[in-house]
Amino acid sequence: MERFLLINSLILGLLVLLCLYRVVFGPAFFNRLIGVSVIGTKTLIILALMGFIYGRIEMFIDISLVYALLNFIVTLAAAKYLHRKGAL
Amino acid sequence: MSIVSMLLMLAGTFFFFSGTVGFLRFPDFYTRMHATGKCDTLGALFSLAGMVLYNGFSLTSLKLLLIVVLVFFTSPTATHAILRGAFDSGVEPWTKDGKSVIDGQVRRK
Repeated sequence: MERFLLINSLILGLLVLLCLYRVVFGPAFFNRLIGVSVIGTKTLIILALMGFIYGRIEMFIDISLVYALLNFIVTLAAAKYLHRKGAL
Repeated sequence: MSIVSMLLMLAGTFFFFSGTVGFLRFPDFYTRMHATGKCDTLGALFSLAGMVLYNGFSLTSLKLLLIVVLVFFTSPTATHAILRGAFDSGVEPWTKDGKSVIDGQVRRK
Protein backbone atom coordinates (compact mmCIF):
# COMPACT_ATOMS: atom_id res chain seq x y z
CA MET A 1 0.00 0.00 0.00
CA GLU A 2 2.87 2.40 0.75
CA ARG A 3 4.30 1.73 -2.69
CA PHE A 4 0.90 2.35 -4.26
CA LEU A 5 0.58 5.70 -2.47
CA LEU A 6 4.08 6.68 -3.60
CA ILE A 7 3.40 5.78 -7.25
CA ASN A 8 0.05 7.58 -7.10
CA SER A 9 1.64 10.79 -5.83
CA LEU A 10 4.41 10.52 -8.44
CA ILE A 11 1.79 10.27 -11.20
CA LEU A 12 0.03 13.31 -9.77
CA GLY A 13 3.33 15.19 -9.71
CA LEU A 14 3.85 14.36 -13.37
CA LEU A 15 0.37 15.70 -14.13
CA VAL A 16 1.27 18.90 -12.26
CA LEU A 17 4.31 19.29 -14.54
CA LEU A 18 2.07 18.81 -17.60
CA CYS A 19 -0.31 21.48 -16.31
CA LEU A 20 2.67 23.77 -15.70
CA TYR A 21 3.22 23.80 -19.47
CA ARG A 22 -0.13 25.53 -19.90
CA VAL A 23 0.63 27.95 -17.09
CA VAL A 24 3.96 29.00 -18.62
CA PHE A 25 3.04 29.01 -22.34
CA GLY A 26 -0.72 29.55 -22.05
CA PRO A 27 -2.10 31.92 -24.69
CA ALA A 28 -3.85 34.34 -22.34
CA PHE A 29 -4.18 35.20 -18.70
CA PHE A 30 -7.26 33.06 -18.09
CA ASN A 31 -5.55 29.85 -19.20
CA ARG A 32 -2.83 30.58 -16.68
CA LEU A 33 -5.42 31.23 -13.99
CA ILE A 34 -7.20 27.90 -14.45
CA GLY A 35 -3.80 26.22 -14.67
CA VAL A 36 -2.95 27.56 -11.23
CA SER A 37 -6.33 26.43 -9.92
CA VAL A 38 -5.85 22.89 -11.29
CA ILE A 39 -2.33 22.67 -9.85
CA GLY A 40 -3.71 23.78 -6.49
CA THR A 41 -6.27 20.97 -6.44
CA LYS A 42 -3.62 18.38 -7.34
CA THR A 43 -1.27 19.75 -4.69
CA LEU A 44 -4.01 19.29 -2.09
CA ILE A 45 -4.23 15.59 -2.93
CA ILE A 46 -0.44 15.22 -3.05
CA LEU A 47 -0.14 16.79 0.42
CA ALA A 48 -2.64 14.32 1.89
CA LEU A 49 -0.81 11.42 0.19
CA MET A 50 2.49 12.72 1.63
CA GLY A 51 0.92 12.61 5.06
CA PHE A 52 0.02 8.95 4.59
CA ILE A 53 3.49 8.13 3.23
CA TYR A 54 5.30 9.78 6.14
CA GLY A 55 2.78 8.43 8.65
CA ARG A 56 1.93 11.90 9.98
CA ILE A 57 -1.44 12.49 8.34
CA GLU A 58 -2.83 14.39 11.36
CA MET A 59 -0.28 17.16 10.72
CA PHE A 60 -0.47 17.23 6.92
CA ILE A 61 -4.25 17.28 6.83
CA ASP A 62 -4.39 20.77 8.35
CA ILE A 63 -1.98 22.07 5.70
CA SER A 64 -4.15 20.45 3.07
CA LEU A 65 -7.30 22.07 4.45
CA VAL A 66 -5.67 25.51 4.46
CA TYR A 67 -4.47 24.90 0.90
CA ALA A 68 -8.01 24.12 -0.27
CA LEU A 69 -9.32 27.34 1.30
CA LEU A 70 -6.50 29.48 -0.13
CA ASN A 71 -6.96 28.01 -3.61
CA PHE A 72 -10.64 28.93 -3.58
CA ILE A 73 -10.02 32.46 -2.29
CA VAL A 74 -7.26 33.18 -4.83
CA THR A 75 -9.44 32.02 -7.72
CA LEU A 76 -12.46 34.02 -6.55
CA ALA A 77 -10.39 37.18 -6.00
CA ALA A 78 -8.82 36.99 -9.47
CA ALA A 79 -12.18 36.31 -11.12
CA LYS A 80 -13.80 39.19 -9.23
CA TYR A 81 -10.98 41.54 -10.21
CA LEU A 82 -11.36 40.69 -13.91
CA HIS A 83 -15.14 40.91 -13.93
CA ARG A 84 -15.45 43.86 -16.33
CA LYS A 85 -15.09 44.45 -20.06
CA GLY A 86 -11.58 44.90 -21.38
CA ALA A 87 -9.97 44.05 -18.09
CA LEU A 88 -6.94 42.61 -19.86
CA MET B 1 -11.11 -2.29 2.63
CA SER B 2 -7.61 -1.63 1.32
CA ILE B 3 -8.57 -2.86 -2.15
CA VAL B 4 -11.62 -0.59 -2.21
CA SER B 5 -9.62 2.48 -1.16
CA MET B 6 -6.97 1.62 -3.75
CA LEU B 7 -9.63 1.43 -6.46
CA LEU B 8 -11.11 4.76 -5.36
CA MET B 9 -7.69 6.44 -5.48
CA LEU B 10 -7.08 4.94 -8.92
CA ALA B 11 -10.41 6.36 -10.09
CA GLY B 12 -9.41 9.76 -8.73
CA THR B 13 -6.06 9.65 -10.52
CA PHE B 14 -7.81 8.63 -13.73
CA PHE B 15 -10.10 11.65 -13.50
CA PHE B 16 -7.12 13.92 -12.83
CA PHE B 17 -5.36 12.43 -15.84
CA SER B 18 -8.32 12.93 -18.19
CA GLY B 19 -8.78 16.48 -16.91
CA THR B 20 -5.13 17.24 -17.64
CA VAL B 21 -5.36 15.75 -21.13
CA GLY B 22 -8.41 17.89 -21.84
CA PHE B 23 -6.65 20.92 -20.38
CA LEU B 24 -3.70 20.45 -22.72
CA ARG B 25 -5.57 19.40 -25.87
CA PHE B 26 -8.77 21.45 -26.08
CA PRO B 27 -8.74 24.48 -28.38
CA ASP B 28 -9.85 27.43 -26.25
CA PHE B 29 -10.44 28.70 -22.77
CA TYR B 30 -14.06 27.61 -22.33
CA THR B 31 -13.52 24.02 -23.42
CA ARG B 32 -10.45 23.77 -21.20
CA MET B 33 -12.52 25.01 -18.30
CA HIS B 34 -15.16 22.42 -19.21
CA ALA B 35 -12.55 19.66 -18.94
CA THR B 36 -10.81 20.77 -15.77
CA GLY B 37 -13.75 22.07 -13.77
CA LYS B 38 -15.54 18.75 -13.59
CA CYS B 39 -12.61 16.35 -13.65
CA ASP B 40 -10.85 18.16 -10.81
CA THR B 41 -13.90 18.09 -8.55
CA LEU B 42 -14.55 14.41 -9.15
CA GLY B 43 -10.88 13.44 -8.95
CA ALA B 44 -10.42 15.17 -5.60
CA LEU B 45 -13.66 13.61 -4.38
CA PHE B 46 -12.62 10.05 -5.29
CA SER B 47 -9.05 10.41 -4.00
CA LEU B 48 -10.14 11.84 -0.66
CA ALA B 49 -12.86 9.20 -0.30
CA GLY B 50 -10.21 6.53 -0.82
CA MET B 51 -8.05 8.16 1.84
CA VAL B 52 -10.99 8.24 4.27
CA LEU B 53 -11.53 4.50 3.76
CA TYR B 54 -7.80 3.83 4.16
CA ASN B 55 -7.52 5.88 7.35
CA GLY B 56 -10.46 4.37 9.19
CA PHE B 57 -12.64 5.95 11.84
CA SER B 58 -10.90 8.92 13.51
CA LEU B 59 -10.77 12.71 13.73
CA THR B 60 -8.46 12.83 10.73
CA SER B 61 -11.12 11.12 8.64
CA LEU B 62 -13.56 13.79 9.75
CA LYS B 63 -11.15 16.47 8.54
CA LEU B 64 -10.73 14.62 5.23
CA LEU B 65 -14.51 14.55 4.87
CA LEU B 66 -14.51 18.29 5.62
CA ILE B 67 -12.09 18.81 2.71
CA VAL B 68 -14.38 16.67 0.51
CA VAL B 69 -17.38 18.87 1.34
CA LEU B 70 -15.31 22.03 0.90
CA VAL B 71 -14.00 20.99 -2.52
CA PHE B 72 -17.46 19.84 -3.57
CA PHE B 73 -18.87 23.31 -2.88
CA THR B 74 -15.96 25.60 -3.74
CA SER B 75 -14.60 24.06 -6.95
CA PRO B 76 -17.78 24.52 -9.07
CA THR B 77 -18.20 28.01 -7.56
CA ALA B 78 -14.67 28.98 -8.57
CA THR B 79 -15.21 27.51 -12.04
CA HIS B 80 -18.39 29.52 -12.46
CA ALA B 81 -16.71 32.70 -11.24
CA ILE B 82 -13.76 32.38 -13.65
CA LEU B 83 -16.06 31.59 -16.59
CA ARG B 84 -18.30 34.55 -15.87
CA GLY B 85 -15.33 36.85 -15.45
CA ALA B 86 -13.87 35.67 -18.77
CA PHE B 87 -17.17 36.07 -20.60
CA ASP B 88 -17.76 39.54 -19.22
CA SER B 89 -14.24 40.67 -20.06
CA GLY B 90 -14.84 39.63 -23.68
CA VAL B 91 -13.08 36.31 -24.31
CA GLU B 92 -14.49 34.86 -27.55
CA PRO B 93 -15.57 31.21 -27.64
CA TRP B 94 -13.91 28.98 -30.23
CA THR B 95 -16.04 27.89 -33.19
CA LYS B 96 -15.16 25.55 -36.02
CA ASP B 97 -15.79 28.03 -38.86
CA GLY B 98 -14.27 30.95 -37.02
CA LYS B 99 -17.49 32.99 -36.75
CA SER B 100 -18.21 34.93 -33.63
CA VAL B 101 -20.95 33.40 -31.51
CA ILE B 102 -21.84 36.49 -29.53
CA ASP B 103 -21.73 38.92 -32.53
CA GLY B 104 -19.36 41.29 -30.86
CA GLN B 105 -21.99 42.05 -28.25
CA VAL B 106 -20.64 41.01 -24.93
CA ARG B 107 -23.34 40.56 -22.35
CA ARG B 108 -23.26 43.18 -19.63
CA LYS B 109 -24.72 42.65 -16.21
